Amino acid sequence: MSQTTTEDVLAPLRRAFANDAVKVAVMYIAIWVVFYAFGDHLGYGNSGILSLVRRVTFLAAVYGIVVLALNIQWGYAGLFNIGVAGFMAVGAYTVAMLSSPPAGSPPGLGLPLPIGVLGGILAATLVGLVAALPALRLKADYLAIVTVAISEIIRITYNSPAFSDVTGGARGFGNLPTSPVEALLLQDPTSPASEATSLGETVFSFAAEYGISQFAVINTLYTVGVLLVLLVVYLLLERAGKSPYGRVLKAIREDETAAQSLGKDTQNFKVRAFALGCGLMGLAGIVWFAMGPRASVTPQTFRPNITFYIFIALIIGGAGSNTGSVLGGALFASLLFEAPPMIRSIIQETFQVSANPGNLIEALIPIASGNLAPLGGFLLNNIDSLRFIGMGILLVVLIQRKPDGLLGARKETAAGVPLTADTRPDTGRADADAAAADGGETDE
Amino acid sequence: MDANATIERGVGFARSSTGASIVTAFGAVLFLDLVAKLAGVSLGPLETPWFGIWFGGDIAVGQFAGFVWDGIVIGVVIGLASIGLSLTYSILNFANFAHGDYVTAGAFSGWAVTYVIAGIGGLLAITESAVNAVTGLGTYRLEDADLVRLVLLQTAPLEAGANMWLSPAAIVIGLVAAAGMTIVLSLILDRLVYKPMRDADGISLLIASIGVAFAVRYLVALVFGANRRIVTSSEKLPSANLGGVIVDAHEVTLVVVAAILMFGLHVLLQRTKLGKAMRAMADNRSLAQVTGIPTERVIKSTWIIGAGLTGAAGFLLVLSQGGLGFQTGWLLLLLIFAAVIMGGIGSIYGAIAGGLVIGLASRVSLVWLQGDLASFARPTAFALMILVLLFRPSGIFGGVKTA
Repeated sequence: MSQTTTEDVLAPLRRAFANDAVKVAVMYIAIWVVFYAFGDHLGYGNSGILSLVRRVTFLAAVYGIVVLALNIQWGYAGLFNIGVAGFMAVGAYTVAMLSSPPAGSPPGLGLPLPIGVLGGILAATLVGLVAALPALRLKADYLAIVTVAISEIIRITYNSPAFSDVTGGARGFGNLPTSPVEALLLQDPTSPASEATSLGETVFSFAAEYGISQFAVINTLYTVGVLLVLLVVYLLLERAGKSPYGRVLKAIREDETAAQSLGKDTQNFKVRAFALGCGLMGLAGIVWFAMGPRASVTPQTFRPNITFYIFIALIIGGAGSNTGSVLGGALFASLLFEAPPMIRSIIQETFQVSANPGNLIEALIPIASGNLAPLGGFLLNNIDSLRFIGMGILLVVLIQRKPDGLLGARKETAAGVPLTADTRPDTGRADADAAAADGGETDE
Repeated sequence: MDANATIERGVGFARSSTGASIVTAFGAVLFLDLVAKLAGVSLGPLETPWFGIWFGGDIAVGQFAGFVWDGIVIGVVIGLASIGLSLTYSILNFANFAHGDYVTAGAFSGWAVTYVIAGIGGLLAITESAVNAVTGLGTYRLEDADLVRLVLLQTAPLEAGANMWLSPAAIVIGLVAAAGMTIVLSLILDRLVYKPMRDADGISLLIASIGVAFAVRYLVALVFGANRRIVTSSEKLPSANLGGVIVDAHEVTLVVVAAILMFGLHVLLQRTKLGKAMRAMADNRSLAQVTGIPTERVIKSTWIIGAGLTGAAGFLLVLSQGGLGFQTGWLLLLLIFAAVIMGGIGSIYGAIAGGLVIGLASRVSLVWLQGDLASFARPTAFALMILVLLFRPSGIFGGVKTA
């Protein structure tokens, strides 16, 4: 009896949670709550907590965008592209070259930002097309090696002193375009301390009541903008997934030979999926690195490591699911990337760990006498290395135990009408549910 | 008549595979240009609207020979390391992205051993200390040395004195230790990671190997620290100037040791059934198993051979380059892949030759890539790999499996 009541209570919850928007919203709210708690515990104060939560949200959102882009290529078309960093670099560098003020060094062309962004996306798409046309003829693992080689060639080209008057060389492109938020709120967008516009005046004075600085307002608004970009990209890809084009992609994902035998030119579809994904990676590179609070376009940023982070995020979320990609990006950015340093600070504060041995051996020797503090101190000080070791182990465990990730296993039907909904007259929804319980498949 | 037929065939080739012909033609132009440069002949500049193109020019034979020697040295290391990758690629059927980090692990473990032996003062001092310890006479030399700093490779290179001239025994023992530790590492990783997923597809294994690469690389960083250091000491190191090419004892050691290892492998695989079993498994694992080949044991042997050579390659790489950091092997990985693909996956001789080609390409290309363009030497090797994949995916030797 009591069990039925709990089920009754949980059933609407479960139904609500089946909705993708609710899943994503719950995930983001949970992340905000957790990081609010971290910041609160560490005594950061209002503006500190805001900047912490903002940073995590920003990272979660940009990871979401780029993981969605990778999902088009790997999740749908089965193209194993591990040159993500290179395509992001093309987007970020192109927008910097097109839209930066001509007066700075290295000089940009000073074109309006929308044209620059469009140019960046187009450039990444074009590079993707050039890479895809020959490379897609190859086996999956060859494609992987070729794409990572291409991304390294791109990085080394931007890094080269030979073109440093155009790209900034190893120091990176120091002269970045002004972010659209600054252009909107400040009279002189090039200096953050300048007079506010009339809109800016309203926003800043509103924020000032809560003790939030002008700088924090600009960054927060930019992060909200990135969330909007994520939403647009998500809706675009969801819509594309339901279009005839997306249906063919899903067919290729399930069984390429079958799709071919139905007369689909799968090669053509794959090239287009690859180019689309590369364009979106360019967009991700732009909002991530070329503008906003983390703006810095340097060749070192685009090492292959970042590609692998994006892959881990996609595998966590589940390849082949757009919602899974967004969730995976958020989970990776918050729990694996931003949380460990927070946890370190909390542990250090709580347990008063002050030991700081210079190396692992000095940390291990005191264990013989039962003193664990040096080892703890050493591990906490090297939390960055530990984090990467953890990521590696997580990747292995995921691929061994749960290769489908969070949502990768569910069936996302490509049909325009719900296949499981019972459209016959006079039969209730309950019968359809019963059929599903008997072994029929629902769309989840 | 004959000439006509040849021309016809050439035209046919150019029509049927335009890309390959362009690449071949470009290669031929570069070769002629190189010959002209060496002969000191120059034509040009051929004016284009933007810049003048010079054909030929002047490059000292000694400088060119220097590039070739450097190319051979790095090529031999890449070749040695790529044998292991090629073997696991063909037998376990996946591209092992952790291979570069096996190189790093081998280099660090081998050099730690070398440092301890050399830092204490060589084998003689260790034996003396051991004898003293047993007999209770004299003093331990061990106490003079800061063992922790030696093991972690933090002692200054001049103080440790690890070089072929001052402490040859330490180098040899370090080389053996590098191979041994890498073998142990590879067997542990195989047991934990790859064995549970023997039947998984290549991409899943590839992803798992990326995870392994991360874990191993940052484990090395955790133990040895994240700083890049110079390891070898150049004190009193003999070197000779052969017609403008400076050849030092470390480079000679590297080439000789690598050649011995490669020859030993050749004998091993030709004279034992193992080579035949490996070929059979690379072809069709199920069929091999049905035929009675103990596949798990062959896989183990593959890891042992591959990882041993890889660890040795890591040790030798540091011997010739001097520097060592936790990213050393990772940065070499793409060049190793290039060598494997160039030689054809599964071919040992192909991998060796591919390593030489990639090594030479990355150094000899400096003839053309001078000054600011020198940073494009690595991309040249990558581009070469991409071209081979596009026009001859089975490798330059036509994918003959010679394992």
